[in-house]
Amino acid sequence: MKGIGVSPGIAIGKARVLRKKITVVSGTRLQNEAEIAIAIAQYDDAVHCAVAGVEALRRKVLLPEENDLLDAQIELLRDPQLKADVEARIREDRLPVQDAVAAVIAATVQLFRSLKDEYMQARTADIQDIGDRLLTHLEGTQTQADKDFAPGTILIAEDLSPADTIAMDTRHVTGFATQSGGQTSHAAIIAKARGVPAVVDCGASLHAIEDGDIVIVDGEKGLVLHQPDAATINAYSNRRMQLVAQQPPLHAIKDAPCVTTDGTPILLLGNISGAADLDLVFANGGQGAGLLRTELLFMSKPGFPSEATQYAFYKAAALEAKGKPVTIRTLDVGGDKQLPYFRMEPEQNPFLGYRAIRICLDEWKDIFRTQLRAILRASASGPLSILFPMITNGEELQAAKSLLEAEKQALRREGIAFDEGIETGIMIEVPAAALMADMLAAECNFFSIGTNDLCQYTMAADRMHPKVAALYDPFHPGFLRLVAQVIAAGHAHHIHVGMCGEMAADPRATQLLLGMGLREFSMSAASIPAVKSRVLQTSMEQAVALWQQVQTMRSAQDIIQYLQEKVP
Amino acid sequence: MISKAYVIQAAEGIHARPATALLKLSRNFTSVISLRKDGKTVKLNSMLNILAMATKGGETLTVLVEGEDEQQAAAALDHFFTTELKKL
Repeated sequence: MKGIGVSPGIAIGKARVLRKKITVVSGTRLQNEAEIAIAIAQYDDAVHCAVAGVEALRRKVLLPEENDLLDAQIELLRDPQLKADVEARIREDRLPVQDAVAAVIAATVQLFRSLKDEYMQARTADIQDIGDRLLTHLEGTQTQADKDFAPGTILIAEDLSPADTIAMDTRHVTGFATQSGGQTSHAAIIAKARGVPAVVDCGASLHAIEDGDIVIVDGEKGLVLHQPDAATINAYSNRRMQLVAQQPPLHAIKDAPCVTTDGTPILLLGNISGAADLDLVFANGGQGAGLLRTELLFMSKPGFPSEATQYAFYKAAALEAKGKPVTIRTLDVGGDKQLPYFRMEPEQNPFLGYRAIRICLDEWKDIFRTQLRAILRASASGPLSILFPMITNGEELQAAKSLLEAEKQALRREGIAFDEGIETGIMIEVPAAALMADMLAAECNFFSIGTNDLCQYTMAADRMHPKVAALYDPFHPGFLRLVAQVIAAGHAHHIHVGMCGEMAADPRATQLLLGMGLREFSMSAASIPAVKSRVLQTSMEQAVALWQQVQTMRSAQDIIQYLQEKVP
Repeated sequence: MISKAYVIQAAEGIHARPATALLKLSRNFTSVISLRKDGKTVKLNSMLNILAMATKGGETLTVLVEGEDEQQAAAALDHFFTTELKKL
């Protein structure tokens, strides 16, 4: 069977065939105004549930492209034109809500198919997908993505919706083949980004494949082999081993020790949102988690998660890390991050307002204590450390530490085990904290520099504001000095200093940060290989000289240009 | 009312990602914002309508802004079409 290979590599495994259910149009008509009102309310409700379903997928998102895709899906679900069209079918044609949705989706798909533009035609998959999501909620059935797959599964489907592809557990799904789809379909893009061999546009020939059949997906040649003989399987197994041996250099350095050319060890860690993300960190050569965000745990629940829920979540991360360090950041909401079940007062300047540790030490003291207790208990299962966000002065740090101490005392009294040596650190993301880093260093075990907020606060520029975003520049000489000062202050007090903001993931900055003395970088898993490659090519002598030279420069532009020339 | 025409610089045209960014940007303003191409005008509040215009690189798109904050909205859109779009 021949299709388009959209993601190279070879997968050999057992087929799992997904067939879309067909929505049957009821053909009935609504009788009166009351039924019409109910149908419209049902539509609004389905949109609400479907949006929540897409939001829930964010926890599984590994790549920026995937987030963009989910944003687009939410926009489509909430589209006012879609709503107007569905309502018109309900009011004017008196169609029941399911029939109305099915009719509007079919008409819209038809419209996009007629656009004579490959990209827009491919969008029909997105529109079909939101239609399926809405109908799923209206009919109360499961989507494909809810299913579990056995390890070594090869998915065979008519088409994979973008959302299904994100939800797909790539530890178990080793390849996929679809009847339709093209190079620019989201499924193809994601398969490629995640390194899952895939062939799309295979046509109706895929119908022959049944659950459990042995299938080979050859993503290079765009072939799908159904029930191959032993000789073919053998040949493909050999080819697969060859391919693994020739992985691109970034993957080849995965297992190399992360040291500079003169032997200085550098710790590269991942920023994660849960235990499941650790796999990808390790697969990319990371050595633990420098930042476990806990907001998503809080955002994904209908209310504040209980101690038991949190304990299970932190313990899972500790166990999954298998002895490697995991730094857990305590609740960091407010600013741009809201909890769906807790409405905060609108603020004039949310980023200068009531957020993160400020709420935790005030109104949410009990919630904060529950979190600290859950982390402490989980620390018996592996090396965890605690990171307080948004510390602005020593009093806040002391207040947070005394609450932590109170929870430790309580656990000791109750005879519950925890790591007595658990380290506590602070995010350096407020200029005031950066400037008094020497004093704060005396009171904690480590710093983690959060460059995104620190840079915004230092430059007084919102990086999302189109007119001032250009001012937000981590290569601004003033900002670089501040970062260097924090690193130096930490080291002068013999505490370790890491960085978990976006700058840590920018390979252009790697040598410069090494030159400032930074030894710990935490970033998204996908960024690790590129940064590691920079570390492996740098000597500390070079890095220090680079930083010395950069210190003589007056503008971010000069600095970036110089770095690009010096560090190809 | 402010109206300004742009030749779309991004090779891929206005696909899902730029459309999402445009929608989000337009929500910062109270003014009514519309897009016009080939004599057809749609409000900048619907992803479906924006995508259905199938705007490709090199084509001309006119932005229409009307309302109290039209100056600010037009400036933000100007930045989007002249600078941001190329990066998306």
